[in-house]
Amino acid sequence: MIPSLKVRNKEESRFFLNRRQRKFITSILSAILLVTVVVVGVLLDEERIATNLITRNLAPSLDHPFGTDWLGRDMFARTIMGLSLSVGVGLIGAIGSTSIALILGMAAATMGKVADRLISWLIDLFLSVPHLVTLILIAFTFGGGFKGIVIGLMLTHWPSLARVIRAEVMQIRSAEYVQISRQMGKSKWWIAVHHILPHLTPQILIGFMLMFPHVILHESAVTFIGLGLSPHEPAIGIILSESMKYLSAGMWWLAFFPGLCLLLIVQAFDRIGENFRLLMDPTKSND
Amino acid sequence: MQLEAKNIGFRYDNGPWLFQNTNLTVEPGEIVGLTGPSGRGKTTLCRILSGYEKPLEGNVTIGGLPISSKGVHPVQLVFQHPEKAVNPRWKMEKVLSEGGKLDEELFDLLGIEQEWLTRWPNELSGGELQRFCVARALGPSTRFLIADEMTTMLDAITQAQIWQAVLEMATKREMGIIVVSHEAKLVGRLCDRVVKF
Repeated sequence: MIPSLKVRNKEESRFFLNRRQRKFITSILSAILLVTVVVVGVLLDEERIATNLITRNLAPSLDHPFGTDWLGRDMFARTIMGLSLSVGVGLIGAIGSTSIALILGMAAATMGKVADRLISWLIDLFLSVPHLVTLILIAFTFGGGFKGIVIGLMLTHWPSLARVIRAEVMQIRSAEYVQISRQMGKSKWWIAVHHILPHLTPQILIGFMLMFPHVILHESAVTFIGLGLSPHEPAIGIILSESMKYLSAGMWWLAFFPGLCLLLIVQAFDRIGENFRLLMDPTKSND
Repeated sequence: MQLEAKNIGFRYDNGPWLFQNTNLTVEPGEIVGLTGPSGRGKTTLCRILSGYEKPLEGNVTIGGLPISSKGVHPVQLVFQHPEKAVNPRWKMEKVLSEGGKLDEELFDLLGIEQEWLTRWPNELSGGELQRFCVARALGPSTRFLIADEMTTMLDAITQAQIWQAVLEMATKREMGIIVVSHEAKLVGRLCDRVVKF
């Protein structure tokens, strides 16, 4: 036996887990982290971020792990509440956009020439204007605030994903196994659900994962110019843009911890998506 | 219940006519060979007979009646490349069950092992996949089978095994077969009658 080819025994490894099981567990842990942040943020009392001018500009300590800002508000509580709000907005926006992309992409590829031309035109129309402009218009039309911005985010982020899905469906539609399925007497609907949809899952997942941070950033951008959430709400975008002003005064903790937390959340999200995709991929089923 | 193609004509878009006034009749239980140089339209004719394409002229009938486009098509085509003919995201059980309930006997005849049913297509070899494609095409309502270079990419032993199984099923069910192949020996051995295309 070649020594370098020696396979590690189960007894030797500390954890009796294969790669699939490990992926599964990291996904669950990441999901728990996300859910905890959202739930804790919703449950946290508004009192925790009340203005307290005695404890202004404190550096991180045991009492205030993330320090306090120029109004004496506890940054830890603000960060958690901000993350909760941002993750909520991001999730709703990204899920809405992905659904629109899926429905329109499928419709364009399967419902004939007229539908295809109409939807392609719509995609081009939305892509020809910067996201932010349509987003501002829509958010403004719906009167701003949480509702306006969520609807705006949903209605602006779908076009590029819709185009990817349309192309993918067109390719699968002409595959041999779909033609065979048709000769086996399967209906269009059955083929769409059983043949086409499983092939779209990776595209949808990746599109969704990429869209999520994009949505959060656009949310904070619109909030920054005053058309989104109101400034007293602790969204992560607001926290970051406010703390920019105080960075030069040496109050690094105002931007550092919230930024780091946002990074962690996006990372956790990305990890879930990537693991999920690998777990469902037949060619990776033996890893 | 004979399969009859009458005065078939076909061309792709506005290209030259691939063939016109082509006639072909296959009796139940008969095995017809179809040979000819590449690019003459053998595969296209097969696709027309099995309903994948509509002929621009003429018509295809079974027992004198036009074939309904609803339900399982009574003429089933087996393609040359099995790896393209199965959905890579389906387990083999699902691939098999697509055409309806199959005889257990068919699995033994074709040498499909129970263990393969829970695998993904990329975990099987080409020969193993082709057995599944043949089994799927031999559903209970199949009257005619068209084998378009069905065993061309397989080794001699697998070829023999698959054909043995298909022939047995064909005699048992009075099923007509059209064999498309460039291999003169195979066609000579299998077919009652050979059509030069």
